[in-house]
Amino acid sequence: MISSVKKLSAKTIAMTSLALIFTSATTMAQADTTKIGMITTLSGGGSSLGKDVRDGFKLALKMSDNKDIELLIEDDGRKPAKAVQIADKFIQKDKVDILTGIIFSNLAMAVIPSAVKKGVFYVSPNAGPSALAGKGCHENSFNVAWQNDNLHEAMGNYANGVDLKKTFILAPNYPAGKDALTGYKRFYKGEVAGEIYTKLGQKDYAVEISKIKASGADSVFFFLPGGMGIAFMKQYSQSGSKIPVMGPAFSFDQGILGAVGDAALGVKNSSQWNKDIDNEANKTFVAAYQKEYNKLPSLYSSQGYDAANLILSALKKSPVSDKDAFRKALKAADFASPRGDFKFGNNNFPIQDIYVREVVKEGDVLTNKIISKGLENHQDAYAKDCVMK
Amino acid sequence: MLNSTHQKGFKEKALNLIILGLIFVTALVTYWLDQGYYVNLVSRVVIFAIAGVGLNLALGYGGMVSLGHAAFFGIGGYIAGISAMHFSENTSFIAGLDSTNQMLTIWLFVIIICALLALFIGLISLRTSGVYFIMITLSFAQMVYYFAISWPDYGGEDGLLISSRNQFLGNDTDNELVFFLICFTVLLLTVFLSSRIIRSRFGTALQVARMNDVRLATVGIRPYPIKLTAFVISAVITGIAGALFADLNRFVSPDMLSWQMSGEIIIFILLGGVGRLSGPILGATLFVLLETFIGGYTEHWKLFLGLVLLIVVLYANGGLMKMVVGEKQHD
Amino acid sequence: MTAALFLEQLLNGLQLGMTLFLMSAGLTLVFGVMGLINLAHGSLYMIGAFCCATITTMTGSFLLGLLAGFVGAAIAGLIIEVVVIRKLYDRDHLDQVLATFALILIISEGTSWIFGSSPLYLSIPSWLSGSIPLSFEEDSNSSYPIYRLVIIAIGLIIAYSLYLLITKTRLGMRIRAGESDREMIAALGVNIRVIYSLIFALGAALAGLAGSLVSTLYSVEVGMGEPVLILALVVIVIGGIGSVKGALVASILVGLVDTLGRVFLPNILALFIDNSQVATLSASLASVLVYILMAVILAIRPQGLFPANA
Repeated sequence: MISSVKKLSAKTIAMTSLALIFTSATTMAQADTTKIGMITTLSGGGSSLGKDVRDGFKLALKMSDNKDIELLIEDDGRKPAKAVQIADKFIQKDKVDILTGIIFSNLAMAVIPSAVKKGVFYVSPNAGPSALAGKGCHENSFNVAWQNDNLHEAMGNYANGVDLKKTFILAPNYPAGKDALTGYKRFYKGEVAGEIYTKLGQKDYAVEISKIKASGADSVFFFLPGGMGIAFMKQYSQSGSKIPVMGPAFSFDQGILGAVGDAALGVKNSSQWNKDIDNEANKTFVAAYQKEYNKLPSLYSSQGYDAANLILSALKKSPVSDKDAFRKALKAADFASPRGDFKFGNNNFPIQDIYVREVVKEGDVLTNKIISKGLENHQDAYAKDCVMK
Repeated sequence: MLNSTHQKGFKEKALNLIILGLIFVTALVTYWLDQGYYVNLVSRVVIFAIAGVGLNLALGYGGMVSLGHAAFFGIGGYIAGISAMHFSENTSFIAGLDSTNQMLTIWLFVIIICALLALFIGLISLRTSGVYFIMITLSFAQMVYYFAISWPDYGGEDGLLISSRNQFLGNDTDNELVFFLICFTVLLLTVFLSSRIIRSRFGTALQVARMNDVRLATVGIRPYPIKLTAFVISAVITGIAGALFADLNRFVSPDMLSWQMSGEIIIFILLGGVGRLSGPILGATLFVLLETFIGGYTEHWKLFLGLVLLIVVLYANGGLMKMVVGEKQHD
Repeated sequence: MTAALFLEQLLNGLQLGMTLFLMSAGLTLVFGVMGLINLAHGSLYMIGAFCCATITTMTGSFLLGLLAGFVGAAIAGLIIEVVVIRKLYDRDHLDQVLATFALILIISEGTSWIFGSSPLYLSIPSWLSGSIPLSFEEDSNSSYPIYRLVIIAIGLIIAYSLYLLITKTRLGMRIRAGESDREMIAALGVNIRVIYSLIFALGAALAGLAGSLVSTLYSVEVGMGEPVLILALVVIVIGGIGSVKGALVASILVGLVDTLGRVFLPNILALFIDNSQVATLSASLASVLVYILMAVILAIRPQGLFPANA
């Protein structure tokens, strides 16, 4: 019996080492392939975001003529520890050149700082925590979407423009939730009717909704990503409250509107992209996406698509092995983004327009239409703390 | 009878040594092959094993089914993370205490804080038994979990990044092998410590308390302080494992405090064999193998973990240890 | 704070309490009668919600969906009881915890394999949507969703039915007999296995009903059962494990404490500390309030409020 255990373990080791030798051999054989490791959320809460990013990314690769790219995808299950493990594996075992894909800020904080320190490039298709935009900025870390506060700031600015004077604000009790409310208040000039931090993952908002109704507010701004926002909207519409709500695009984007239902009609929300932005790149993207996946693209699909196109555009100028040239090529952001023109600021975060959209019905489908610009050529508030020029 | 018992005892000891040897050799070989990823994987096994050895003392030998050991695991992790954070920012701990990045000092903190917390939890929980004990330990852990999630200073839900690993005297802990050796030494120490404890008078009393509180009371020993002491030692060991886990991942998050984590620590013990010295080591190995190799094929690997676990509980009570060396002694 | 708003928040607490009661009734019965601790109870809640969502979407009838949630969870419970749980009655708590933990893993992963990992959503049927005013003043904003009132009503009906079942029927008599002496009732020639299966299925059905009822308010997704399970565990520990009456009282207590804590903590804390910290701190404190309640109650009464067959 003892020997059988021994044999088993010895065999495992032998097999493992064989596998290792095999992988390192293949790595050498394909030296000029660019290896991209995508860590994203494909299971559990928030998985639809990860899937959209992945699909957008893959679409861009498919449409490109660069076939020397190997894309590895792993699911982080929205667990920071798991994301760290995958990143270690991608860097140490698979020797990837570029990492991408992380959806949530807490996972981004766990992975990005140590990954870029090891010389890997990171291109973020979503999460843009303030820590990485300010003091913690890094020359190898790029964000193609936004800094976390951007969309909230745009909503605050919009509220001033339409004369809202008493907003009730609401977000989950975690760092991104605090950033959201801070972002809103940074631009909003009116009075705050009430400020609530809810439990992360909370499903029942009866208490908060009752408070909102009693507060005398003229508007509600909320940031409740994923299922939280859906639950909130459904319960809010049942409550009989007439106070209009607004928020960042996350709770009113294409992938989630169907679930929110008619309760979302007319809601104003902010986004750097929408499918009706009038430019060639956007038309190509929307058409290709619909053809490939048979559904409308979401904000996240566009961000995944942008992340891949940014990498592809840089690879046209320089191989990733020449790090300085490749970094310069990334920074130039020399590709046609569906959102229109944008450029990177000193901290490698975008400087861009943020739009305000309204949820409308096109036939039977709920979708968004741009109604105005919330902020123009907007740069995040943390860029000045970044030492890069 | 006597002879076969001796033989089994010998076999178990031999197996203990073989398992530890294999772990050591695997780390060396993978390091030699320049596969840092696999060295870290072995360190992961070792750290889980330490946590398991810790809980085994309470659960396996003392019969205290704690579904809240993640609290200690996570607090150990947070202490390591918070120290590292303050050290890198060059700020002081609470109460003007100087921050440090020396593992040995940090572990001392872990020992003190986990011991105090375990004393508090134990004082209340051990007044109950059976299901109540399970629930109360679970609830205390949940309290710590929710507190960590909603306390923004140390990252809340986002967790806390350790920008560089804490140091062990002058050694380069970023080197995978060095870090493995630190973990492995701690494992050896905890295994040694718990084998001494079990064979001591205290250990005998603890095991009698598990089987029969009344019998212990009739010989004039009160079970309560015995169990409480075991609970505290067990918590401290699990806390150290947590501190190592944080340094391994360079990251701490409330996940380490979740009740699923508590369940997983129990799983390490059960898969290997409850109340067996190397049970948790075997169990942790099996767990990480499942996680890595089945997890590499399907994101639903926990389905298989569940099936394995269910089969072991229902049909192979005693875990891997029993399959290999047979029934536990002294039972 | 107006009286109407206060009433509204009380109702919110009561509604949470009723959902918890549906969950904890089965849990506490199964423990009281069979001595089994079932962590997979949350999975039955999830199964109920998934059955309800699937059938409602297929047929368009929410009532059929509710029925499907109730029956589906009962059938799932029956299968689980026969295949796994039955073998655990004579085992120690450790085995029960681990086996039912394994069931959570299997059921959760199995469900996400079948349904995928995206949440499902249901809308409240039009005949149950809307709200009724709580105040007769002209300009009052105070109103309460009809659907939540329905949940409260269903909870109360179930509580009363359980009371009748346990005190007035033969099955109830056997349940009470089994609680106090398991071997004796077997010796009397009563087929204890069938009774156990029935009780387990009943508990499962109630959990399934709870899951179905909230499926229109929240999202239906894998992992939805565990937070509720933990709260239900807190409830049965406070109420006294095995006591249905205790479960009812403790459910309402926990529901009210949790809700009113979220309502009043910010106001209370604002008296003591600086305003900028209030929102965060009260959120932190509100989330652990029920656990503090439990610790306090257990420190005073280690067997809970209504200890059954202590």
